[in-house]
Amino acid sequence: MAAYFILLCSSVILARLPLRAILLRAAVVLPFSATFACVALLSGPPERAIGIPVKSFLSALAVLLVVATTPLPQILRALESLGAPRMVLLVVQFLYRYLFVIFEQAQHMRLAAKCRGGFGGAHRSKFAAAAGVLAVLFRRSYERAEGTHQAMLARGFDGHFRLLTSGRVDGADVVFLTAAVVLPLAFRIGAGL
Amino acid sequence: MADPVIQVRGLRYTYDDGTAALNGIDFDLYPGETVALLGANGSGKTTFVLHLNGLLHGSDSVMVCGLPVIGANLPEVRRKVGVVFQDSDEQLFMPTVLEDVAFGPLNLGLSPEEATARARKSLEQAGISSALSKSPYHLSAGEKRRVAIAGVLAMTPEILVLDEPTTYLDPPGQRELLSLLRELAQAKILVTHDMQFARAIATRAVFFEKGRIAAEGSVDELVHRFDWKSN
Repeated sequence: MAAYFILLCSSVILARLPLRAILLRAAVVLPFSATFACVALLSGPPERAIGIPVKSFLSALAVLLVVATTPLPQILRALESLGAPRMVLLVVQFLYRYLFVIFEQAQHMRLAAKCRGGFGGAHRSKFAAAAGVLAVLFRRSYERAEGTHQAMLARGFDGHFRLLTSGRVDGADVVFLTAAVVLPLAFRIGAGL
Repeated sequence: MADPVIQVRGLRYTYDDGTAALNGIDFDLYPGETVALLGANGSGKTTFVLHLNGLLHGSDSVMVCGLPVIGANLPEVRRKVGVVFQDSDEQLFMPTVLEDVAFGPLNLGLSPEEATARARKSLEQAGISSALSKSPYHLSAGEKRRVAIAGVLAMTPEILVLDEPTTYLDPPGQRELLSLLRELAQAKILVTHDMQFARAIATRAVFFEKGRIAAEGSVDELVHRFDWKSN
């Protein structure tokens, strides 16, 4: 486990990412995995219980490393070539694209409400105001989805997504892939001996 | 005179809630023309232009380059009529600018290589090649508008429809858009409240009122007749 941790940390440093911030961010999974570890402690050997938070932390670290170094379109394309369902990937792609737009819209509405003294007063009225904002936000998001669908139709969309595929493998990719497969495998075999 | 590229006769459209949005529109667009559609909010301008590439269907009285706008002709009609929407965020939905601009050509059945080549050419034409690999989210309003126009140009349309093209653009952005549109040879329809912009580019204007065309003429004539000055 320590070897995997060192491997991931070295990769984070090599990728010139802030190690401390990445470690802290990966630690977000710990409260959840700790809960499961407690349950596992009651029902099985302690090594297994310890394994749960450690493995989930390492997995989170690996995910953060990938997300921080690879643009989402490339990750999605890779997932597609690995056989992930296309529809799911399309939903993720649209979610990623429009999350920012909807978030911006929510910020504008929050600001507009604040300017007119919204979200003040008792908790009850705050809750009512927030519920109203959510309803309007949903409506606006729905309208935007309609607009986007029209824009897609206007450019000849017939229900089938056709993408530009530009998956080229170069030298750096081969080196990375070899290191990513060989090193963890070597640790695994080494630990088993 | 050459045949009109768009011919609309007696077009009517009523929304599902019973609102009559278009009450008998007669309209012709000739090659090389730039027509400004003026009129109050809710007068039917945007509803009208959505009929030109079959996004809305009223009565079957819209012809594009001699083709009736009906189901079987929609792919060809949508290639011929390029619509640039008011809100660029609605139009730019792919993860990168290049992919977004190539979306239309791929739908036309072009190979990825051909679509990429065409997308690059359109981005160059719209003066925004530098944004090729960026995410549309990271662009300014003016850049988004250029990418949206490039996405439409990549379909090699014969008619360009622009809905409120100057919205969100700063004055330099408006000037750039103006010079870009002047360079494009296509016949254009411009829905706008920006009279300065309309005056600078439109060869003719029509005024919408309650789902009808109330008058036609030059931009100046209509501005004067309907007191349509902004200040």
